[in-house]
Amino acid sequence: MAKKTAAAKRVGMEVSIAVSYAVQLARAEAIAAYPITPQTHIVEHLSSLVANGELDAEFVNVESEHSAISTCIGMSAAGARTYTATSSQGLALMNEILYIVSAMRFPIVMTVANRALSAPLSIWNDHSDIMGARDIGWIQVFVENGQEAFDHSVMAFKIAENHEVLLPIIVNLDGFILSHVVEALEMVDQATVDKFLPPYVPLHRLDPRNPVTMGAFALPEIYTEVKMNHQVTLTKSYDHILKVWDEWGKLTGRQYHPVERYRTEDAKILLLIMGSLAEVAEIAVDEMRDQGLPVGLLKLRMWRPFPFKDLRDAVNGAELLIVCDRALSLGGVGGPVMSEVRSALYPMAQKPATLGYIIGLGGRDVNPGNIKDIVARAQQEASQGPQEEFHLYGVRG
Amino acid sequence: MAEVTKLIHKYLRHEKKFPHVWCPGCGNGIVLGALIRAIDRTGFTKDEIVLVSGIGCSGRLSVYVDFNTLHTTHGRALTFATGVKLANPKLQVIVVMGDGDATAIGGNHFIHAARRNLNLTAIIINNNIYGMTGGQYSPTTPYGAISATSLYGNLEHAFSIAELAVTAGAAWVGRSTVYHATHLDQLMEQAIVKRGFAVVEVISHCHTLYGRKNKLGGPVEMMEWQKQVAVKIEKARTMTPEELEGKITIGVLTDRDLPIYTQELRRVREAARVALGEKSSQ
Repeated sequence: MAKKTAAAKRVGMEVSIAVSYAVQLARAEAIAAYPITPQTHIVEHLSSLVANGELDAEFVNVESEHSAISTCIGMSAAGARTYTATSSQGLALMNEILYIVSAMRFPIVMTVANRALSAPLSIWNDHSDIMGARDIGWIQVFVENGQEAFDHSVMAFKIAENHEVLLPIIVNLDGFILSHVVEALEMVDQATVDKFLPPYVPLHRLDPRNPVTMGAFALPEIYTEVKMNHQVTLTKSYDHILKVWDEWGKLTGRQYHPVERYRTEDAKILLLIMGSLAEVAEIAVDEMRDQGLPVGLLKLRMWRPFPFKDLRDAVNGAELLIVCDRALSLGGVGGPVMSEVRSALYPMAQKPATLGYIIGLGGRDVNPGNIKDIVARAQQEASQGPQEEFHLYGVRG
Repeated sequence: MAEVTKLIHKYLRHEKKFPHVWCPGCGNGIVLGALIRAIDRTGFTKDEIVLVSGIGCSGRLSVYVDFNTLHTTHGRALTFATGVKLANPKLQVIVVMGDGDATAIGGNHFIHAARRNLNLTAIIINNNIYGMTGGQYSPTTPYGAISATSLYGNLEHAFSIAELAVTAGAAWVGRSTVYHATHLDQLMEQAIVKRGFAVVEVISHCHTLYGRKNKLGGPVEMMEWQKQVAVKIEKARTMTPEELEGKITIGVLTDRDLPIYTQELRRVREAARVALGEKSSQ
């Protein structure tokens, strides 16, 4: 662990409450949200912090998620540091507005407590909600535990509000599995956060002294250029994200990377997982290493912008890459993450065989034994040549 | 076999889906009972009924009954129901929603459904809170009330659902409470047989969240409150606004014969056919 400079206090806390404290420490100025399980505890706690006077912010519980994110645009357009949180159907209902937030360059921070999409109705965890919002043009990161949820919720504001970036960010955390558990984590004090995260200075905002037009119409002559601008900005945000993560690493001793590696030294077999299941996979990797299997784990933290180079570097030397998706792209290639990873690795001269296993849909439990079973199956499949495009692991019937 | 047991056996999926998820003392069970008693009296067969529900505690109601059922998304129950009714007007479509479903996320659908006047029955269980998600304030949480998102009192003012339905153009609007179970049965029956968009607002209680946070007691105390504040609409019409302060009027707020959308559509089609026929014969 790197040396840290900031004062830290270790506490036991529900992860949702930790996220709300992160938002408080970041001195969010405006919050609009709508209740949806399993995101509710974050916003409820923020509402009490606002009502108590512990957080000097505006708060409104609006009439739908569509209204929540639209209200957030208004808040951000007026120049406020803006936060919201949602899940599943709520994120889907926001969809129309999500593209507008990023294209109009509002640095809104949103927590998505990842949950399966209907139908069938499920309140449990998977990544189908966020994969439906893959192309919204936001920065998107995934966290593995409560500490990461706290850290990234603070860092998100600093990344988003950089004038070279000015893009919204989603911090994805697994619903219930993270949002509703109590974990031990290190809080950072207000003075440290204040030093790390200066007050938000909008580049453009609605101001009667300096009127601007927002949300203007684009003719075919300019629409493509606006998209290119967005694409370049999002891609380049990578550098700023790493700078912020480095700075946080120096402050706290917790250094984050676009692709995290766990026991990947000399690994011939790699697993790639996003979110909290990576901790389960770590246990499986330890057990397989004890048995002499050269297996390691990659955790894809940065989903947008996609970290092409980090991924290519991380898989270098591996013969088999097993991508475990938490969502299903129906009628297509199976897992959306596997699809993007395989595409990213395609130009490499020497690349691992990439196989896709879809696990943990709609809250189905995944244990270390399942991960070990997947590795065994993938090894067999790799030696015989892939039989299917992907596997829906553990499915009955 | 007792009458109530017969009804349970006839209408509820008692061997499959019970015990239900509602808290002991919840008003939703009274609404469910009133609904099946009302349907039984109307004489509709189980297969003629489509029960549509949204999301929230009330959304579970469609799971427990042996009708055609459609459990939809939060706020959209009325839009799903609109499609069902248009595609097969012979079906008797009943929509059950909560206050969040009908007046927050689906509020737009509610006023437009009232205005459009399809032959639908909308039952709105108003418990003043988002119960299932943990007690956040809803559009019917009273001003000043405590909720999970208004710890020091709600700053917003509540909708009066039944009055909103009247203003939006519903053909029939009634309101009762879960305390007035017999009265509720009668209103439900009238709403189902009414031709046109009929709304029953049912004042219920969420003692688990709303009651607890606002120190209103348990289900018994909250139902006692319903008894105390309820005023029959006929009596309310003789009272001054000051006397009506804090009261809830129960009864039939409006009952009017308005053109029904599906009938209007048939009329326009007929007229167009006649006009086109006349044109082509000229």
